[in-house]
Amino acid sequence: MSARERILARIRERQGKPYEIDPVELAAVRTHLAAHPRSPGPRDAWDVNVRFRERATSLASTIDEAAVLSDVPALAAQYLRGREVPPRAVCWRELGELDWRGAGLDVEVRPAHGDDLVGITGVFCGISETGTLMTLSSPHSPSTVSLLPETHIAVLQQARIVRSMEDAWALVRTEVDGLPRAVSFISGPSRTADIEQTVTLGAHGPYRVHIIIVGG
Amino acid sequence: MQLTSNRFKQTARAKLADTDLQAALNKLQTNFVKGRADRVAELDNFEAIRDAATAIRDRALAHLDVYLAEFERNATAQGTVVHWAETTVDVNRIVCELAARYGVRKAVKSKSMVSEECALNDALEAAGIEVVETDLGEYILQLAKEPPSHIVAPVVHKTREQVSDLFEARHHRPRTTVIADLTREAREVLRPHFLSAQMGITGANFVVAETGSTLIVTNEGNGRMVTSLPRVHVAITGIEKVVPTLEDVTTLLRLLPRHGTAQTTTNYVSVTTGPRRADDSEGPEHFHVILVDAGRSRLLGGDMEAMLRCIRCGACMNHCPVYQSIGGHAYGWVYPGPMGSVLTPTYAGLENALDLPHASTLCNQCGVVCPVKIPLPDLLRKLREKQFARGLRPWSERAGLAIWGWTARHPRVYALLSAVGARLLNWLGGTDKRIRDLPGGKGWTVGRDIPAPEGKTFRALYAARRAENVRK
Ligand code: SF4
Repeated sequence: MSARERILARIRERQGKPYEIDPVELAAVRTHLAAHPRSPGPRDAWDVNVRFRERATSLASTIDEAAVLSDVPALAAQYLRGREVPPRAVCWRELGELDWRGAGLDVEVRPAHGDDLVGITGVFCGISETGTLMTLSSPHSPSTVSLLPETHIAVLQQARIVRSMEDAWALVRTEVDGLPRAVSFISGPSRTADIEQTVTLGAHGPYRVHIIIVGG
Repeated sequence: MQLTSNRFKQTARAKLADTDLQAALNKLQTNFVKGRADRVAELDNFEAIRDAATAIRDRALAHLDVYLAEFERNATAQGTVVHWAETTVDVNRIVCELAARYGVRKAVKSKSMVSEECALNDALEAAGIEVVETDLGEYILQLAKEPPSHIVAPVVHKTREQVSDLFEARHHRPRTTVIADLTREAREVLRPHFLSAQMGITGANFVVAETGSTLIVTNEGNGRMVTSLPRVHVAITGIEKVVPTLEDVTTLLRLLPRHGTAQTTTNYVSVTTGPRRADDSEGPEHFHVILVDAGRSRLLGGDMEAMLRCIRCGACMNHCPVYQSIGGHAYGWVYPGPMGSVLTPTYAGLENALDLPHASTLCNQCGVVCPVKIPLPDLLRKLREKQFARGLRPWSERAGLAIWGWTARHPRVYALLSAVGARLLNWLGGTDKRIRDLPGGKGWTVGRDIPAPEGKTFRALYAARRAENVRK
């Protein structure tokens, strides 16, 4: 008997179940998984657009507003200038066609390396309950771009701001075929409070998360 | 991790005298206790969410075998290899075998308490593999060669000066005591390790049966690196960590960071499903999940089952007056505080942690704050009963209880002894009626006075009142 069988057998024995998986129980479990019902969450009503901005800011993300997508390069360039960050970045393919050069930025479409300073990504959706960005990995949206550089600029369509993480999963279920390898929920710059319980921004991930909301 | 729980009393005494530790523990109360209260107060519908979280954990445990099998099926379908480990020794063997198979020379780790149970780092190092902890706190502990003292804030017992000393000695860079600079230094030292390691090792806060995913929460971003950059990713987690659906995990995520670090959400929640996909430019080529029993299944169907609901938030220790006084090291194993006082004796043996079930005032602060309503004081009380039933308590305590039991069953003797005892204590109290030094009770009076009993005994008062009522 393998370790797997012994562990499962022990579980069933402790719970007074028959040796084999009970088909009725299995069917009930599969029904639950297929239905994936929601549990109660917060009941408060809130304006998702207002709340997202509030929460994201409270988590030390900064926010800029772009009327249209083509305004993004100029805003990104201005942000980087303001922080004296060199005007070079890597970005996801979906943003590769923007006129970065026109804004004075040198932007390459590729995964990030350990020494890239700025990463520009899209966002699958924004979660207003917590001010969180949800990103999905794919060949064209590598997760290193939002992780390795010291500055992460995220481009979020306002129409993609949802209320809760449950709503975010619902969006994945309707728009994507199964989960991608890496789903990342990002809530502000990386931080640690390990030394003397003192919160310090910029641990292993970005020091800065700047969200440009398009169409607000 | 080496088990030293039976030295609880000696270690606790030393920790009480450690002023740096006491300062850190005081701060922990402001940050985590008050912080948790604030975060919970902000969360509308908290009690309903807490009930739902408890029900979710109970549902997973009631059908644990089926959910594990479903997790395995869905994970395998995505290309994940699922292993089952009955003991901590098996875990180490599996990881070392994987390391050998993939030619691993260096492994980077993000925080995993299960791997601490296994003493995995020692096993890997014995096999000639370099292991680098990447959570800042765990990294500091690795340099200091110390065990964690808290499951969420592992290095809470250290001061910045101690960290500066360590970094100076090990990094050979100019000394700094500025916390932001120390953090940057660790980032710069660890970054090359992330990029050069062949294996990433993580725990999992939850595994999701519906999708076959593993989920980890981190603030530093090291979890994301460890799961994305090395060629091989191994996630090690207890069998009880399975959760049915993404919706269920969402409910638990509303509570875990609020109770753990007083955050509404952690910086990162990383959900990993399978290895790198065809055409992906990044991600591990091989993804292995190890489901660990190591004593967990024994808790099912018994009076300790509720303990398996635990989501390792740490709130019970943050709120425990005993933990607040002595910190985590005295508990002598991986898990401190009330949850550790239940887990250590149940996983490592009742006889190996004799003091832990007693390291509690049973004030029930832990039970009140536990987000999944684990009745920790009840479990501790049951462990005390088990110890007694198995004859594991010292003879003096057993004799004392036997005498007490006999006396309590003989009311006349009881009345006599309690009257004599009360008078004796009254006499010991002297003129100001405070006992400063009780023979045989020094453990109590060394820290505080006992007010001496005064006036008549309860029994005498009761008898008098009854006689009066009869006359009326
Ligand atoms: S026992 Fe409860 S409070 Fe303690 S760590 Fe586990 S879930 Fe948190």
